[in-house]
Amino acid sequence: MSPKLRKFLEFCKDFSSNKVALVAFLIFLLILFVAIFAPLVSPTDPYDLNTVSIMNSRLPPFTEDFSGNYFLLGTDGAGRDMVSAIFYGLRVSLGVGVLSGIFALIIGSFFGISAAFFGGRYESLIMRIVDIQLSFPSILVALIILAAFGKGIEKTIIALILVQWAYYARTARSSALVEINKEYVDAARCLAFGNTRIMFKHILPNCMAPLIVVGTLQTAHAISLEATLSFLGLGLPITEPSLGLLIGNGFEYMYSGDFWISIFPGVALLITVASINLVGDHLRDMFNPRLH
Amino acid sequence: MTAFICTRFAQSILVLFIMSLLVFGGVNLVGDPVEMLINPEADQAEVERVIRELGLDRPVTEQYWYFLVNAFKGDLGSSFIFGEPALKLIIQRMPATLELALFSLFISLIIAIPLGIYAGYKPDSRVSKVIMASSILGFSMPTFWVGIIFIMIFAVQLGWLPSTGRGEIGTFMGINSSLFTLNGLSHVFLPALNLALFKISSVIRLTRAGTREIILQDYITFARSKGISEKRIVLIHVLKNILIPIVTVVGLEFGSLIAFSTVTETVFAWPGMGKLIIDSIYNLDRPVIVAYLMIIVTFFVFLNLIVDILYTFLDPRVRIKGDHQ
Repeated sequence: MSPKLRKFLEFCKDFSSNKVALVAFLIFLLILFVAIFAPLVSPTDPYDLNTVSIMNSRLPPFTEDFSGNYFLLGTDGAGRDMVSAIFYGLRVSLGVGVLSGIFALIIGSFFGISAAFFGGRYESLIMRIVDIQLSFPSILVALIILAAFGKGIEKTIIALILVQWAYYARTARSSALVEINKEYVDAARCLAFGNTRIMFKHILPNCMAPLIVVGTLQTAHAISLEATLSFLGLGLPITEPSLGLLIGNGFEYMYSGDFWISIFPGVALLITVASINLVGDHLRDMFNPRLH
Repeated sequence: MTAFICTRFAQSILVLFIMSLLVFGGVNLVGDPVEMLINPEADQAEVERVIRELGLDRPVTEQYWYFLVNAFKGDLGSSFIFGEPALKLIIQRMPATLELALFSLFISLIIAIPLGIYAGYKPDSRVSKVIMASSILGFSMPTFWVGIIFIMIFAVQLGWLPSTGRGEIGTFMGINSSLFTLNGLSHVFLPALNLALFKISSVIRLTRAGTREIILQDYITFARSKGISEKRIVLIHVLKNILIPIVTVVGLEFGSLIAFSTVTETVFAWPGMGKLIIDSIYNLDRPVIVAYLMIIVTFFVFLNLIVDILYTFLDPRVRIKGDHQ
């Protein structure tokens, strides 16, 4: 057995020792599957005008319409099947959250590692910007971007990247500072490797563990923030119905007692965010040397 | 020390300047307020008159310069919709937001500190595990969705509490607030609890960590050996020592309560600054958007400046580092 595979299996065993985190991870895999294959697993296409009938609007859960379609979670104001709408919504929410997380990870670790590597004025400038940005609550940063530049999918992603990058930069810098003093970096310098090569081929892989922990927790936060912004009508447009938008749409029917239109998308959002948080929490404990 | 304060002050001014550029620039690139404000049947002359009146015909750089000059005079422009000064509109709505934030801070401390102390005092008990699991759940629950559920349960189904507005406003010692009437309190309760939810989770974690540390200290062992009852140890010795870090963090986070109140205010139709900014974004009411963002950014920048300066008094290491910069 190759040492890499053995290490991976050991990691899996370690991870499964916490049953709650394991269950959370399996639930997250299921959600990911549903999100990726939404068109295949949904009972209907909620945005195909030929199959959606306004006659079916606001049907309660567990009902069947005249042509025999069964609505497990009811329908919304336009007669769309809630199950399908949630599956498609998960797709948008997870997509936006994960995409912004990846970009923020790239940008943040670039600035964090280079700050630690070069030091001096460059480092103090970057870290000052990080500090200033972290002193603003995430929703305020997003609000400034979206209020100033208007809503839209790219602007929402930009806002979410801006909210998150500083956390990655701070984490990357602090672990890079430790790595830089290790012998392999000296060895790489003696071999006259370029700075870029040392930073991203040698130091970065060794900083990945804490970055992944921050990544899981930040992605959960980004998904939740996107939902909030879309609910407020500042995030995604109606053409990209995320879970937040579905909840917002259901809000107006709340007072007439049609609870299912906004409750079920919210439950889906809660399960998604909570499962990612539980996995992230456990990963943090695993990578924390003080607890071993 | 003085050098440190001066650098930080200069940085704060720089941040404010960049923000003003960003906010003003961004807001002026988006949408066309003329279209929304002018009667569609108005003729060309009328349209031009209004554009001139609002100053929208000048170059953006000139508009920005006037904006800066006027901002220093305390004039952030007049709302396109209400026709009143933007600053006045925001200040009118500020007390509603502040009372909501203060009340929810109060609720979160009242709930979270006892739970946190219990979870730290008996970390292995079943109740503590439930408390900690709920705090993770509290972190994961989107605030706006919980607000909707509160409305559904307590306002629509049970009909116990009202779900919109601020209610009756009472006056006490010259301050107008809905905290002083019963009707007002019934209105503020649901939104405040909703806003407090996130804070409750974080204060529970903070209190628990602090309690676990303090309970191991020598002075607690000493108090026990003196025969002081456990009740007194927890209520006097633990509580007093834990309050110091909690008050610091909570004081700092008061700003974030105000920022997050935009969400709660929208859900509960609470007539505060947060609802005003969301409404203004819908209506493309540029002066109000710019004024709100500038006021709240200034508030945060100076809050952080004060905290930084306070730290130099408390922690000499910060002072020495600052003087060498």
